[in-house]
Amino acid sequence: MTTMAPAPVTTTGTTTGASKLRSRLQQFLAFGGLIVILAFFSFASPDFMTFSNITSILFSTVVIGTLAVGTTFVIITAGIDLSIGTGMSLTAVMAGVFIVQWHLPVVTGVVLTILFGGLIGLINGLNVAILKIPPFIATLAMMLVAEGLALVISKSSPIYFDKVPAFSQISTGNLIPGVNFPNAVLVLIVAAVVAGLVLNKTVLGRYTSSMGSNEEATALSGIDTRKWKIAVYAFAGLFVGLAGVMISARLGSAQPALGAGYELQAIAAVVIGGTSLFGGKGSILGTVIGALIMSVLNNGLQIVSVPQEWQNVILGIVILAAVYTDNIRRRGTVT
Amino acid sequence: MNSKPLIALATLATIGLALSGCSSASSGSSSPGAGSGKTPYIAIVSKGFSQQFWQAVQTGAQQEAKKEGARITFEGPPTESDVEKQITMLTNVLAKHPDAIGFAALDSKAAAPLMEQAKSAKIPVMAFDSGVDSTVPVTTVATDNKAAAAEVAKHLSQLLGGKGTVAMVIHDETSKSGTDRRDGFVDWMKANAPGITLLPPQYSKSDLLKATDITKAILASHPDLAGIYGSNEASAEGIAKGIQESGRTGLKAVGFDSGKAQIDAINSGILSGSVTQNPIGIGEQVVAAAMKAIKGQSQPKFVDTGFYWYDKSNITDPKIAADLYQ
Repeated sequence: MTTMAPAPVTTTGTTTGASKLRSRLQQFLAFGGLIVILAFFSFASPDFMTFSNITSILFSTVVIGTLAVGTTFVIITAGIDLSIGTGMSLTAVMAGVFIVQWHLPVVTGVVLTILFGGLIGLINGLNVAILKIPPFIATLAMMLVAEGLALVISKSSPIYFDKVPAFSQISTGNLIPGVNFPNAVLVLIVAAVVAGLVLNKTVLGRYTSSMGSNEEATALSGIDTRKWKIAVYAFAGLFVGLAGVMISARLGSAQPALGAGYELQAIAAVVIGGTSLFGGKGSILGTVIGALIMSVLNNGLQIVSVPQEWQNVILGIVILAAVYTDNIRRRGTVT
Repeated sequence: MNSKPLIALATLATIGLALSGCSSASSGSSSPGAGSGKTPYIAIVSKGFSQQFWQAVQTGAQQEAKKEGARITFEGPPTESDVEKQITMLTNVLAKHPDAIGFAALDSKAAAPLMEQAKSAKIPVMAFDSGVDSTVPVTTVATDNKAAAAEVAKHLSQLLGGKGTVAMVIHDETSKSGTDRRDGFVDWMKANAPGITLLPPQYSKSDLLKATDITKAILASHPDLAGIYGSNEASAEGIAKGIQESGRTGLKAVGFDSGKAQIDAINSGILSGSVTQNPIGIGEQVVAAAMKAIKGQSQPKFVDTGFYWYDKSNITDPKIAADLYQ
C-alpha cells in the first residue's frame, strides 16, 4: 500500500495553511481506517496478508481507482459526473473498434481510446459550462447516450482481443521481471501520480480547487471559469478512456453492457477519501486510499466468509462513517 | 461558439435515446397487415441482447417463422435488469394486436396485469426462457434449469472422484434461473455426493469483472479448493479468468451456457466442461407453439427444450456445436 506514497499529499493550492492541515488530517483518517481494516483481516485470516492476495486486491482496485482519480477533479469543482461508468463501456467498445476492427497498432488504439474518453468529458463540459445544464442532469443524459451507443456500435456483442495479445499485456503482463505483479497496478500508480501533480502543481489544478471553493469569486478575479470547467471535465474524461482500456485489457474483451453502476462505486471511493461533494477540497491520494478501502473490504469480507448479502451493508456503513467523521471534524474547526 | 450546434445535437440525441428506451428491434419478414392479414404475426419480447444467448434464440425463431410462413418481430430491453422497459415494450406490442405473443419475463410477477389484458384481447401468450406467475400463458418453453444444474453437479462430482471442497459463483440470487441453477446443483450434491463440501454460494450479478475478483478471493482463502461452478456465461468466464490470473492448477472448473471465451477456456483446459441450453430450439419452439395456438391446437403446459453437457471431447460434434454460440 505504501507504494502510493509518492502521490503528493497537499491539495488545495489557493487555500490557507489551516485547511491544508485539515485536508492532511482527513487523509490521515482514511489512511488510518485502511490500516485498521488491513490489520483486522490479517488477524482474522492467515490467507489475507499474502503477496498474491494483496496483488489481487491491488489488481481489483485498478478500474474503479482510475475512474475515481479522474472524477475527483469534477467533484472538487462541486460538480458530479454520472457518465463515467457507461462512458467507460463506450470507450472499451471504441478500443475494440480501433484495435480489432480497424487493425490500428495497439499504442495508437490506446491513445485514441483515451482521447475518446476526453471527448466524452469535453461534451459534458460544454453542456455544463456553456449550456448551463446542471452537472447531474448533463452527465445523466450522457450516461444514457453512452450506454446506448456502446450497444449500438458493438451490435450488443462483446469484442474480443484474442488476436491482439499485446493489448492484454497492458493489464495482465508483468513489467517487473520474475514477479507476478500485474502492469495494471503500475498504470494506476502512474495515473494517480500524474493526477496528483496536475491537481497540485498546475494552473488547471489550482483553478479546479478555486472554482469549487467559490466560483463567483474566481470569475470576478478575471478567470474564464467556463473555459476551465470544460477543461476539467475533458481532463477527467481522459481517465474514463484509460479505465476503458484497463477493463477491456484485463478481460480480453470489450463488454458493451458492463460499466453501469461503476460511477457510483468511483464516487464512493472519492468521498471515502475525504473529497467533499460540496467542492473546494480533495486529494488524489485520499481517493486512491478510498478506492483501496473498498477493494480491501470486498476481498477481505469474502476471505473471512461474510455472507455476500452483508458485504454491501458493511460497505454502505463505512461510507456513512467516513463522511460523518469528515463532517464532525469540519464543524469542529469552523467554530 | 461553433460548439453550440454540436451540443444541441448531443442533447437531442440524448432525448431521443431516452425516449426510445434504447430498444433494439428487428423483424423476420416485412409483409405488412399485422393481425387480420393472411400471414400470422407473432410479436416476441425477449430479455434483451446483453448475452449472445438471445441472438441464438432470435435465429431459431426466425428459422421457424420462415418455415411456418409467419411474420415475427423480436425485441428486448438493453439490459436484463430493465424490468420496466420490458413492460413498456409488452404494452406497445399488445397495442399492435398480434396473433400471438412470445414473452420471456425479466420479472415473473410484474407482467401479470398485462397477461390479463392479453387474455381479454384473446391474444395467446407463449412464455419462454422463464415462467410468468399467471395462468394466462398457453405454454412455457424453457430449459429445465434445475435438471441442467444437476447434470453439471454430476459431471463435477465424477471429475473430482466424489470428494473435495467446491465453490459456486451464481449469477443472481433473485431471478428464477439463478436460484434454480443454484438449487439444482446444491440438491444433487447433497443427495448424491456426501464426500463433497459446498462453500456458500457467491453472486456475480453477471458482472464478468466481479466474477473474476470473487473467484480470486475464493482461491486465496481456500488453498484446498477442488472444484468450482459458474452458473452462466459471465460467471463461467469469470471463474476461468480468475483461475488463469491466480495461476492455480489442478482445479476442476465447470460452467453453464457458452460464449467465445468460455469455449476457448474449455479448449485450453481451464474449464473442464459446461452445460449448454438449446437457445435455437427455444426460439423454434416458441414460434411453433404460437402457430399451434393460432390454429387452436392443444399443447402441453411446459415444453422442455433440453440441454447438453459438452467438453473438449464433443465440442465439435455438430449436434452440440449447433447450440454453442459465440
